[in-house]
This record gives sequence, structure tokens and C-alpha cells, in this order.
Amino acid sequence: MANKGKPVIDRERCKGCLLCVRSCPTKVLGADLSPNSWGYYPSKAVNEEKCIACGNCYQVCPDAAITVYRQ
Amino acid sequence: MEVVYGHPKSLKPIQTKYCPGCGHGAIHRLIAEAVDELGVQDRAIIMNPVGCSIWADLYFDFDSVQVPHGRTPAGATGVKRMRPDHLVICYQGDGDLAAIGTAEIVHAANRGEKFTTIFVNNAIYGMTGGQMAPTTLVGQKATTAPHGRDPDGAGMGYPIRVSEMLATLGGTKYIARGSVDSAINVRKTKHYIKRAFEAQLRGIGFTMVEILSPCPTNWQMSPPQAADWVASDMIPFYRLGEIKNELVEGGGA
Repeated sequence: MANKGKPVIDRERCKGCLLCVRSCPTKVLGADLSPNSWGYYPSKAVNEEKCIACGNCYQVCPDAAITVYRQ
Repeated sequence: MEVVYGHPKSLKPIQTKYCPGCGHGAIHRLIAEAVDELGVQDRAIIMNPVGCSIWADLYFDFDSVQVPHGRTPAGATGVKRMRPDHLVICYQGDGDLAAIGTAEIVHAANRGEKFTTIFVNNAIYGMTGGQMAPTTLVGQKATTAPHGRDPDGAGMGYPIRVSEMLATLGGTKYIARGSVDSAINVRKTKHYIKRAFEAQLRGIGFTMVEILSPCPTNWQMSPPQAADWVASDMIPFYRLGEIKNELVEGGGA
């Protein structure tokens, strides 16, 4: 049984490079449709229930904008 | 819920000035994580280069020194000799280390100065607008090589494998090359950085970790394309792994 996780993205620190979306093995993340105050479209947990807390999104994030929790 | 992966304490929680998808942010985070895990935040000193990462002093929550272009190893030599119990990190890009600062890094490595160099290789000059660097790959386009780097015909020379070059010197004890293009390579790079820092704290000798880093803006690619380009074009030329490991403990290259 895989871990249950929860990614939390700091919308204001994210610059929308979407490397986390590409690295996620369970397709939890996607692009947000509303911009942050800098005009970037940050990433968003669209399928949060699929998260297994592997931390790949955290590892590739160039802005340390992601925190991963384990339930 | 417990935090399994969170913002490291040694990195300030502010937005960086780097472009989206730039590798500097991930490398900053790896250094901060290693400093936190070794518990040396109060005695870590980072030497900032000239280049995009000149901003690094805004982001690390420990002491820093800004030195002239390419003279980062010279500054690090002085700091480490005066403060031998401190963790001295010499952070350099490829323009700083492989072009203007070649003399400094070669002689600092040959003297076996006991600091750790973090060499960020993005195969181009980032801050100045994408000119050809000594590490630019053959055929790669840059603003000063619009038809691609031509080593013989246009006299542009060949890309330098700095890690392999420095590994031939007697003063170097640990040299590794990592990459921040994918999660698995980021994890391996963290391992190399931590091993180099531990060696420095034991006073072994010169240690260096070269890190292949994407520059989406100057490569004129999207961040995912740039990460793919690191994997498809850079890694076959700049091989990853531990190039030299003469550490007494925890060896095994």
C-alpha cells in the first residue's frame, strides 16, 4: 500500500515552469488557470488524492515552492 | 500530517530573481539542505560568483562574501585559511570558473585548498545574454556562435570537461558531476554535495561537485524542453558520477 500524501504549492513563489507536473509519477499536478500576483500561472494539485508523497515534485522545483506532507 | 519534504532552514523563504526553470534555485536548495543536515548553518560561508547567481547572498541564510569575477577560489582560499573550522563553499558558474577564473581554480585545486567548489555548468553565459562559453557543446547555438559552435573551421575550440581536467591534479580529493534535470539526478547530486561537505569538514583536501543545470531563457526553450535537452545532449558528453574519490572513509567511486 502506497503512502498517502499531500503536496502544497506556494502560489506566490511558483514561477510556473511546470517541471513538477512532468516529474509526477501519478499525475497529481497540473497548471492553474488563474495567475498569481507576478503574472505566472503556478502549478496546482488537481488530483490530490493520487499523491503518494514520493517528493519528486519537491526535488525538481527550482523555487522550493512545494511542501509535501504524508498522512 | 508530517512534513516529508519542506523548505530548508538555511534558505530564506522568498522568491528568487532567477528565470522560471533555472537550475540555480534547485542547486541553492540542495546546498541549504546539506548545510542543515550537517548542522553547520552558523559556520557556513558561501563565496558568491559573478553571473546570475550573484544574487545568492539574498537567498542563503548564512554568511557570504562577494568576490571579483573569477576570483572566487582566491577569496575562498583566504577565508578557509583564516577560518579552518568553517564550511567554505565556493559557488561558481561556467563563465566564472571555466573562462575568466581558469587560473584561480586550477591552482587552488592543485594546492589542495580545503574548500568545496560547486560548479554550475549550463553550457552558456547566462547573465550577459547567451554568448558561447568554454563549456558550450559542439554545434550548440549561442549569440556569438549563431550557426553553432564550430571547433575547427571557425576556431572556437572544443568544450572543456573541467572536472576531468581537475581530477588529474594531486590536490583534488573528491570530484563528482551531477545534474538537476530530473528527480533521480537531483537526489544523486544531493548525495555528492553532502559527501563533499563532509570531506571538507574532515579537512581532507580540495572537493568539487559539478552540476549540469538548464538555462531555458538563453537556450530558447521551455523549462521542460531544457530539462530534456540536458538529458539528451549534455549528459552524453558530460558523464555523470564520481570522477575522482580519494576519501579515506565512505569511498567507492
